[in-house]
Amino acid sequence: MMKMLKLVTCIKQVPMVSELPWDPRTGTLKRNLADGMINPACRYALEAALILKNTYGAEITAITMGSDIAEEVLREAFAMGADRGILVSDPKMAGADTLATSLVLSRAVQTACADFDLILCGCHTSDSETAQVGPQMIEELDIPGVTYVDRLELDGRLLRLQRLSDNFIETLEMELPGLVTITTQRQAPRYVPLAGLQDAFTDKDISRLSLEDLDLDPELTGAKGSPTKIINVFSPTAEKDNIIMKGSARKIVQQLFDQFDDKIGGAIGKDIKDYQESQ
Amino acid sequence: MKDSIKEIWVFGDYRNYFQNRVTLQLLSRATELAKMLQAKVCAVVFGDQVDEWVNEYIAHGADRVLVIDHPDLKNYKIETYVNLMIRLIGKQRPEIILVGATNFGREFAPRIAKRLKTGLSADCVDLDINDEGLLVQTAPSFGGNILAQIITPECKPQMATVRPGTFQEIPHNYERTGEIVRIPMPADLPKERVHLIFSERSPQRSQRIEEAKVVICGGRGMGSKKKFKKLTELGELMNAEIGATRPVVYANWIEADALIGQAGKHIKPKVLFAFGISGAIQHTAAINNAEFIIAVNKNPNAPMMAMADIAIVADANQVCTAMIKELKVRIRG
Ligand SMILES: Cc1cc2nc3c(=O)[nH]c(=O)nc-3n(C[C@H](O)[C@H](O)[C@H](O)COP(=O)(O)OP(=O)(O)OC[C@H]3O[C@@H](n4cnc5c(N)ncnc54)[C@H](O)[C@@H]3O)c2cc1C
Ligand SMILES: Nc1ncnc2c1ncn2[C@@H]1O[C@H](COP(=O)(O)O)[C@@H](O)[C@H]1O
Repeated sequence: MMKMLKLVTCIKQVPMVSELPWDPRTGTLKRNLADGMINPACRYALEAALILKNTYGAEITAITMGSDIAEEVLREAFAMGADRGILVSDPKMAGADTLATSLVLSRAVQTACADFDLILCGCHTSDSETAQVGPQMIEELDIPGVTYVDRLELDGRLLRLQRLSDNFIETLEMELPGLVTITTQRQAPRYVPLAGLQDAFTDKDISRLSLEDLDLDPELTGAKGSPTKIINVFSPTAEKDNIIMKGSARKIVQQLFDQFDDKIGGAIGKDIKDYQESQ
Repeated sequence: MKDSIKEIWVFGDYRNYFQNRVTLQLLSRATELAKMLQAKVCAVVFGDQVDEWVNEYIAHGADRVLVIDHPDLKNYKIETYVNLMIRLIGKQRPEIILVGATNFGREFAPRIAKRLKTGLSADCVDLDINDEGLLVQTAPSFGGNILAQIITPECKPQMATVRPGTFQEIPHNYERTGEIVRIPMPADLPKERVHLIFSERSPQRSQRIEEAKVVICGGRGMGSKKKFKKLTELGELMNAEIGATRPVVYANWIEADALIGQAGKHIKPKVLFAFGISGAIQHTAAINNAEFIIAVNKNPNAPMMAMADIAIVADANQVCTAMIKELKVRIRG
């Protein structure tokens, strides 16, 4: 008999910034998720893992690197159907750029699930959006890997993938073990069942890993292990000396078209002068 | 090792029109950086029968082109390309490497950076050289309206990816000459483990919006999917393309390829309408080249209003509806 498929998903907790997810049916915001949520692309990665689990049978290990509260996203992953949760947490890891992050996560995979078949990451995170951690884990682990995957199917040890990359629709194949990063284009993630969420807080245990557990040199992690340094942050101000228009919509639009008929009419290739009035 | 003149490398992605444009844009910025650094600009081209591109890159500012031309390189192969690049870098030691933030570039550059254990900043909106001769990479950060200036002080090469449309290409000059270095395809490359089985050009993704003279962008302030669709009607009257912000795309009011911004497309219309958009940097980074901006927002203090030529303080839906009505009357025939 073939051994059970072992899947690992790397999920990150991200702040909500200004973008709450919408309920597509009611068109309203899901405010209950406002504090910290699973990064959207990671949720799609988890969904892709769950589909593989339903089809072929698999054990899913969810891994997150973050502070203690990142445990929440592992609970949510349990509720969706993940089997194991690993929280990689250590103050020495703070301030990591993608080089250091990919090292820690790779080491965590090797420690918690050395005989993995497939690692699924999100294609990017909504807070940093570097989209670098996945490809860098591929290098760190020296396994085949494909980014921006929309669809995947398994044929024995052969993984067949589809993606849209720079205007090409590509079908690719690689042998397991490997790594894929998943986009938010295809299979929408399932809802978290409420009952499942309750069980997830009571039934399942989360294992914690520190730097020591990973046997990693602190020099290679966190801010120390990150070659990029931020030297300055600023908010760009692009103040223009602009024209402000107020009042009723109709009045504004007439004024706009009258005063800027050259600009707007010229660009749209149509004459928008008001002939009724000028005649 | 060769002489001590520093080099700025640009990865030559030529696969189709728009990827090629980003290569030319990077070459343009690289020539400016090279002046500050007294460095040379070098394009790196892999592929099968790529002379056309080699010449084009010289015409657009490359002092040198490193070429590996071989039938095996006809299709982009990630592992092979990474291995080739690593070997070239090992021999030639460039100071800086710039890669277009195309899908391929965003897969390729992080892997190169990881192998070399150097830094890489993604989606830079500006690149500069500081007093110490380091590459200053300006990139959006912390998920907010903030730009960060990033350096890679201790590692070489310094690496950055840049979205298409961020820099302006310089006009070609086919009189320009440059050194063409042809490198044989190494015979001992590790075997590629990722196999491209099939590839076709995607039919649906049009590039029209990047070229459009008029773009109408809608944001979350449009209120609902139904109201957002009104913009399409307005767009038809104005021969305009419709763009959107990320929350709109996430809410599925419009297809993902309408996304304008750091994570989407860069545009440079003559006239840009921004309806119900707050003006987050991730969005506005991609509209810097719009000539004339008309913003409609209930909030006069939204950053989008500050960067507009005309700031209309009003309800976006009402203005949209009024424009449709008014245009129907005004456009005769
Ligand atoms: C890493 C990263 C990458 C990102 N990439 C992109 C990207 O590529 N593109 C992108 O667009 N975003 C991107 N974002 C998201 C970006 O930060 C903003 O959240 C987003 O652009 C905001 O969209 P918005 O302006 O539509 O919505 P909001 O910020 O919610 O603004 C809505 C605006 O509408 C106004 N409004 C409300 N009701 C009305 C009304 N009735 N009439 C008129 N005005 C009204 C409000 O005053 C407000 O200013 C990215 C974010 C991150 C973290
Ligand atoms: N702290 C983290 N914990 C777990 N996974 C992460 C973390 N950071 C990044 N990842 C993974 O890497 C992907 C890409 O992240 P990024 O390169 O930051 O855009 C995410 O979708 C995750 O799958």
